Amino acid sequence: MTRAIERREVALVDLLDRVLAGGVVIAGEITLSIADIDLVRISLRALIASVRVENDEGWEGDRDDG
Amino acid sequence: MTDTLATWLYAVTAAPEDGTPPQGLTGVADEPVRLVEGAGLAAVVGSVPLADFDEDALRGHLEDLEWLERTARAHHRVINGAARHGQVIPLRFATLYHDDDRVRAMLRERREDFTDTLRRVAGRTEWGVKAYVDPRSFLPDPDESEDEGSPGTAYLMRRRAQRQDQETAHLRATERAEEIHSSLAALAVATAAHPPQDSALAAYEGWMVLNNSYLVPDDLTEDFTALVRALGERYPAVTLEVSGPWPPYSFTAPPKPAGDAQPEEKPS
Repeated sequence: MTRAIERREVALVDLLDRVLAGGVVIAGEITLSIADIDLVRISLRALIASVRVENDEGWEGDRDDG
Repeated sequence: MTDTLATWLYAVTAAPEDGTPPQGLTGVADEPVRLVEGAGLAAVVGSVPLADFDEDALRGHLEDLEWLERTARAHHRVINGAARHGQVIPLRFATLYHDDDRVRAMLRERREDFTDTLRRVAGRTEWGVKAYVDPRSFLPDPDESEDEGSPGTAYLMRRRAQRQDQETAHLRATERAEEIHSSLAALAVATAAHPPQDSALAAYEGWMVLNNSYLVPDDLTEDFTALVRALGERYPAVTLEVSGPWPPYSFTAPPKPAGDAQPEEKPS
């Protein structure tokens, strides 16, 4: 089975696989030490946190916290 | 200060003959995209406010999914836009320099690397292929149930059998993925493996048994997509998903130490 992809936008997970882990790494000046950080892990943390928030909202319904 | 700017790098290309930057492209800070030329190469860059993109700011932003998505898409959009004008080498997200002079110095320093890489990826395109399976399709046929002893023993036996079945299913699915990979790799000049994506993030059920990139010569593009379709038909228990064309993100990184996920180059 093959799923044809006719998305106008590429999927974010596929993009992050490539943009954060691929491409040429040159020691930029400002991000010299950021280059040592695992960008993928950071983004995964952000992604997972956002999924959790969505799930929590699903459980608790919409709350108006004013 | 709000007017202190840094140079964000998107890609490196061969210097265009007319020196015109890609028209109408805006970057990660909505800034107009321009070219910094040097050593016969051109860096595709934009000026971004340092206040928003210095190390501390970036550290915070990277944990913010909305920022990350918007900025990653902008980075990709510029690279894609530049790729319409000629072969590009994408640069890793968040590569920043203090000013254009330093970018020119970097181009001079890395000229040979960049020129080699441009030559290596010319006329070739990155395609992504993912494979998903439903573990149930790979379970062994249910055996005759063995002699059951006491209810407790039977329970333990059942649990052990289930665990073994799962392992068998995983092994079978992985073997199938390897077959698919070797078929696809035969049409590619290089392949790169990405880690399987988290099922919640990528929104799939079952197992992702393949998440690879293939660097395919442009005259084989149709053969490659036809092969993916054919493999999908040959193995109905596997769902294949193609993405691309991508700029060569997965084939421009410098070699990493052995054992890491890295592009596998075939001798040409």
